[in-house]
Amino acid sequence: MQTMMDTLSSYGWDLLDKTGEHLYISIAAIVLGVLVAVPLGILLTRIPSKTADRFISFVGILQTVPSLAILAFLMPFLGVGVVPAIIALFIYSVLPILRNTYTGVMEVNASLKEAGKGMGMSTFEIIRKVELPLALPVIMSGIRFATVYLIGWATLAAFIGGGGLGDLIFDGLNLYKPELIVLGTVPATILALIANGLLSLLEKGLTPKALIK
Amino acid sequence: MLEFKDVTKQFEGNDYPSVHKLNLKVERGEFVVFIGPSGCGKTTTMKMINRLIEPSSGEILVDGVNVLKQNVVQLRRSIGYVIQQIGLMPHMTVGENISLVGSLLKWNKEKQQERAKELISLVDLPEDYLTRYPHELSGGQQQRIGVLRALAVNPPLILMDEPFGALDPITRDSLQEEFKKLQREMDKTIVFVTHDMDEAIKLADKIVIMNKGEIVQAGTPDDILRHPANEFVEDFIGKDRLLESRPEVTRVEQIMNPNPITIEEESSLKEAIQKMHAKRVDSLLVIDGAGILKGYVDIEMIDSNYKKKNQVYEVMDTAKYAVDKNSLLRDTMYRMLRRGSSYVPVVTDNNKLAGIVTRATLADMVYNTIWGEETAEGSAIE
Repeated sequence: MQTMMDTLSSYGWDLLDKTGEHLYISIAAIVLGVLVAVPLGILLTRIPSKTADRFISFVGILQTVPSLAILAFLMPFLGVGVVPAIIALFIYSVLPILRNTYTGVMEVNASLKEAGKGMGMSTFEIIRKVELPLALPVIMSGIRFATVYLIGWATLAAFIGGGGLGDLIFDGLNLYKPELIVLGTVPATILALIANGLLSLLEKGLTPKALIK
Repeated sequence: MLEFKDVTKQFEGNDYPSVHKLNLKVERGEFVVFIGPSGCGKTTTMKMINRLIEPSSGEILVDGVNVLKQNVVQLRRSIGYVIQQIGLMPHMTVGENISLVGSLLKWNKEKQQERAKELISLVDLPEDYLTRYPHELSGGQQQRIGVLRALAVNPPLILMDEPFGALDPITRDSLQEEFKKLQREMDKTIVFVTHDMDEAIKLADKIVIMNKGEIVQAGTPDDILRHPANEFVEDFIGKDRLLESRPEVTRVEQIMNPNPITIEEESSLKEAIQKMHAKRVDSLLVIDGAGILKGYVDIEMIDSNYKKKNQVYEVMDTAKYAVDKNSLLRDTMYRMLRRGSSYVPVVTDNNKLAGIVTRATLADMVYNTIWGEETAEGSAIE
């Protein structure tokens, strides 16, 4: 316990710094993921479902590539640092958001889409006023899932010089200081839990009142 | 108003066209019902009007303009649309649902709300329903809102795809009646799809019977029941219905006694008694100077008030059930028998007294059905 306190006092500012970096990498990757995967998911609902399913399977395969390998592959192209770390994490965020957006929008009752279309809604109006509000709970749970995982995986960013709490863990490994490993791990877990809680609140706030059971 | 010229729809991968060289004219204010077995092309025909389905060849003209030459979104906003699944947006309040097309047309909030209030009063739902959500309403109430939504921006033409098909029979009945009344008041052109012959007979000015993508027969309900074009139509109508067709298609106006015995509300009770005595009846319909039905007065009311009151309007009962002269006899008969009343006054749209249907009138009807027709005029008077 004493060593833990010592480590905390000597690494205190460092810890704050690393937590900031960690958050930055995770948030940047998830925002990028939402910006790409939500429109892409909606786009997929507009093409034949066979093609869409194939595309989603393909993205699924990408996701099975070990994260360490992705980081290693990206290095020759993007070098080291924060940017390749964000891009690697972004790739992992795409699938859950994409899949949930696609499923959520597809599950919106077809008769509502027909009613909207028949009353003269443009495609964009149908997406904005019918599909997105109704698919929102499903899309949000995809985003929440991706965020929680990304915060955990962001520790690997340290491997390619991206910084974050992973730095502390790697230092702990190299210097054989278990307390440093703990110091990197615990905040990452707490961050994930907080993010999950905040996003749950956001989800509740955004879900149309009538849909909350 | 609406015209089909050689309209054909061939879906890819089908051997036969779903709609084949269809020609039809619909006049302004007409209530047209497309009916036929499933797969006959009736829904396809309707959906081609607002281009949910695009015709393969031919022209569809709305007010003389080819629908294919119009902006599809604007075209749909100018045509009301009601579907069987109702399709109210579950995340919007009833008011927002009604105002949906208004909001697409960028109406301001006050105008939308005003219109929603105006409309909801038409179907006798309280105004505070506007802030509720669709799932808090019953199926019948939901479809009332579905119909109001189609009326919101006052389109001259409304398309209805089996709108009452998913409702229970009692709710369906009352909605049909309510809607027919609304349509007459608002002078809308309606294109209505159903597979229910009862519904078609009840609502239509013109029934269009379709089979295998073609029109088999088009005409008034009366025409079709009396002169079915061929065996298909006969089968489709059903033999029973042909036998019963008289009460099915006869309107109250056709059998009512147009000269009921009435008294003006300003008359004295003495005059009322004299009239009852002279005409050998025990009750009189009370009207005002303009012939508007006010109520009725019978011999018991006069007897118990003769010493205290002088004039008819002081003793009459105002709550008297009346039927519209355009309603179907079938429905009127049912109501009369259920209410156990011996007569029902018949009124026009503005509640002006037009005639009376008595139990004797009904007896004549039944007599004629059993022993064949004879001129029932005159004998229908009590």
